[in-house]
Amino acid sequence: MSALLSVTDAHVAYGKVEAVRSVSLEVGANQIVTIVGANGAGKTTLLSAIMGILPLKGRVAFAGQDLARLDIEDRVAMGLGLVPEHRELFVTMNVEDNLELGAFRIERSRAKSSIERVYALFPRLKERRKQLAGTLSGGEQQMLAMGRALMGEPKLLMLDEPSLGLAPIIVADIFRIVTELRASGVSVLLVEQNAQAALKIADRAYVMELGEFVLSGKASDIAANERVAASYLGFQHEGESAL
Amino acid sequence: MNTTIMLFLMQDGITNGAIYALLGLALVLVFAVTRVILIPQGEFVTYGALTYASLAAGQMPGTAKLALALGIGAFAFDLIVARKALHGRLILRSVVTNIVLPSIVLALTVYFAAQKPPVAICIVLSLVIVAMIGLYLYRIAFQPLAHTSVLVLLIASVGVHLALQGLGLLFFGAEGQRGPAVLSGAFTAGALRFTGQSLTVYGITVAFIVGLWLFFGLTLYGKALRATAVNRLGARLAGIRTTLSGQIAFLLASVIGALSGIMIVPITTLYYDSGFLIGLKGFVAAIIGGLVSYPLTAVAALVVGLVEAFSSFYASNYKEVIVFMLLIPVLLLRSLAAPAVEEEKD
Repeated sequence: MSALLSVTDAHVAYGKVEAVRSVSLEVGANQIVTIVGANGAGKTTLLSAIMGILPLKGRVAFAGQDLARLDIEDRVAMGLGLVPEHRELFVTMNVEDNLELGAFRIERSRAKSSIERVYALFPRLKERRKQLAGTLSGGEQQMLAMGRALMGEPKLLMLDEPSLGLAPIIVADIFRIVTELRASGVSVLLVEQNAQAALKIADRAYVMELGEFVLSGKASDIAANERVAASYLGFQHEGESAL
Repeated sequence: MNTTIMLFLMQDGITNGAIYALLGLALVLVFAVTRVILIPQGEFVTYGALTYASLAAGQMPGTAKLALALGIGAFAFDLIVARKALHGRLILRSVVTNIVLPSIVLALTVYFAAQKPPVAICIVLSLVIVAMIGLYLYRIAFQPLAHTSVLVLLIASVGVHLALQGLGLLFFGAEGQRGPAVLSGAFTAGALRFTGQSLTVYGITVAFIVGLWLFFGLTLYGKALRATAVNRLGARLAGIRTTLSGQIAFLLASVIGALSGIMIVPITTLYYDSGFLIGLKGFVAAIIGGLVSYPLTAVAALVVGLVEAFSSFYASNYKEVIVFMLLIPVLLLRSLAAPAVEEEKD
């Protein structure tokens, strides 16, 4: 079976500086794939380029179709969703309107049932449906951003640092929901600095350093890899002090 | 000054203020959605007014031909953009909106212009013609620049304004025109005399503001427009095309402009270049509203109308000066109240 998303030999540059060099990756159906790596490794840049926000040299195919000539909106309509690091919510609009707009490209009748599914996934959002997005807490905003993306019925959801700046209990919640998404048939490409948590739920993993993938394989193998443990998991091993 | 004069001036000010309010709201809308400061808003006013007046006088307005010419231009742009992946359906849609539609309207205009049509037909035709001009202008002049800075968009906007004003002189000549009243008749209440026309202005303004409010609050497209204004990237990630939002915004702005023109031209003689000054007063209101606040803009527009009415009574030579001086304290206060805004990046 061919992969849902396949990126081949991708380069992304800001002017003359190449932030992503010769990266190839694949995400299959019903998979959680994670990209771990330090701050500034190029993870966010890569996701933005796959989404069409930044120009990418190389080949990106989604569901068997080359994305080169499609802009962001077309990629969304094809079933590719991105929850960006800064969430990009409509802060002066309420929760329900944010969700409704997430289904802008979906038939109205289907959107109605989608919103109930999102509320079932995030009961908190239902409680706050009439509240302005800008007044939500960080965790709720992250839920809303994910909910809005899910309203577009994506086949693949790309999550950029969903746990950043959130309380541990909410982080656990979000990771649990990511695994639920896989169970419901949505693939996830997860970019995380919290490598330990990401590797625990992922099927496959890529390790990114200075714009390149230095390691890839089954998530459990990557988690067991000594070099990865030393560079990315060291501070987070249970029982170890942060110093 | 006695009460009667004061009431007269207030009535005059509110009538004008209502028009400025509509124009100001359109400016805020277009800026919020596309970041274009719509200088040619005034030309939409003139084109609407003079197309209406020409049609009512049984003359063929040149604007109908301009709409077709711009439509052909817009179609050419669509073709150039789509040249690498020609889609039958997209091309068909482009032909229909950019060529078939203005051709039909041109044919109707030629047909009706020859026989002094009733007021209602003049209004509808004028609105449709100017709406198409607005839509095609966005496609030709602004959509290709959508990702540039506010300054580049402003320069394009000034260019469009100058071009439209020149064409206005060509189409309508240097002489002023007046159109027939939309609603004739009048009644008196105490010292005040309300003409049917001024009541039309109030009625249409209120109806339009309520309509806009419902459109933005309740419809999916209205919400999409607001979403684009709040967060352009967020809107794109939700699948909302920035070009679609831009088209709707320009369509609304041109209709509002033309409608304002049609409401004014029975009251005041309009020339090919009168729109600019009228648009600028809407702009003063929009600036007072910070180019973001709709209610503040509407209130400011009424203030602009009142200040204009009273200053034309007390110091008619300085009436424009006084109106535009309103901007100075507002800008001063705004610059003191708000920290310097960072140069936007998009």
